[in-house]
Amino acid sequence: MAALRSSSRILSSSRAAFRPSAVFSRSMASVSEAEQPRTKSFQIYRWNPDTPTEKPKLQTYTIDLNKTGPMILDALIKIKNEQDPSLTFRRSCREGICGSCAMNINGQNTLACLCRIPTESASDVKIYPLPHTYVVKDLVPDLTHFYKQYKSIQPYLQRDTPAEDGKEYRQSKADRKKLDGLYECILCACCSTSCPSYWWNSEEYLGPAILLQSYRWLIDSRDEHTAARKAKLENSMSLYRCHTILNCTRACPKGLNPGKAIAEIKKSMSIGA
Amino acid sequence: MRLSGLQKEVLALYRQCLRECRRKPQSTRAHFEKFVRDEFSRNLAIDKRDFAAVEFLLRKGHRQLDVYSSPGIKDIR
Repeated sequence: MAALRSSSRILSSSRAAFRPSAVFSRSMASVSEAEQPRTKSFQIYRWNPDTPTEKPKLQTYTIDLNKTGPMILDALIKIKNEQDPSLTFRRSCREGICGSCAMNINGQNTLACLCRIPTESASDVKIYPLPHTYVVKDLVPDLTHFYKQYKSIQPYLQRDTPAEDGKEYRQSKADRKKLDGLYECILCACCSTSCPSYWWNSEEYLGPAILLQSYRWLIDSRDEHTAARKAKLENSMSLYRCHTILNCTRACPKGLNPGKAIAEIKKSMSIGA
Repeated sequence: MRLSGLQKEVLALYRQCLRECRRKPQSTRAHFEKFVRDEFSRNLAIDKRDFAAVEFLLRKGHRQLDVYSSPGIKDIR
């Protein structure tokens, strides 16, 4: 199994066509159970930057679910391979660890690789890029500003004193435990782009994803620049544009709680400052 | 003729691009100027009321200007 996994990782970087083959062979086995095709239609947002005067449109693709993997990403890859190679989207790990395939599926921001194709209803699946982002092409959003904001919070350990043993910065188990529920964030931007406050103030408001990361560095027991980090957030825009709408917590495909992290920052600011 | 805000932005970008060309070495400056003029004239036909398209091209233009204005870029073809 280990050998299988490593080989698939090598292939995945070279060509998209390799990965679905594993998916197809797995679903082929279940074809005998249901003979008639179960078709499903996907309405997918299309926009091509090479023809900017053409308006964005929804394009409908119909595929047979018996020959598709269970996830939305499997369907997208199948459509790209078999029906329309011009369909563009980001994908990498297909298991919810890279955060590349974040998109808006049936009105909910989520990762295409973690979202099952809804089989209970016959209605079409609608797929859009992340809302309120500039679109690079089709389902690919421009996250430059998001990454710039991430850089602005200095997401790395900052210390002035060297380690006591000269080797590594040690941390108690209790201190390490504080980072659980924070370090898992993969920066897929699902939460930030679901936040109305971030839609209207994305230039200055940092947004839930970045504030969650900010909190992750604020409470790290090894970090010594906590006061400077807090001082940076001490203005009306960066942090306090959060009005506890909690769309972020609902959207997070990893089940994290950015709303709580932001509340914790607000609490520590009001107590400490 | 009174220009709209968007038209002014386009003209400002055009001017900025041409000014940026002067920072390039004398021998290749003409290439950069030709590139700028080609990029703009290619989209001359776009309707001035097609805001989505013009705004997209403006963003793209600013991005390209950022990249090409780096001093490491000496020539363009």
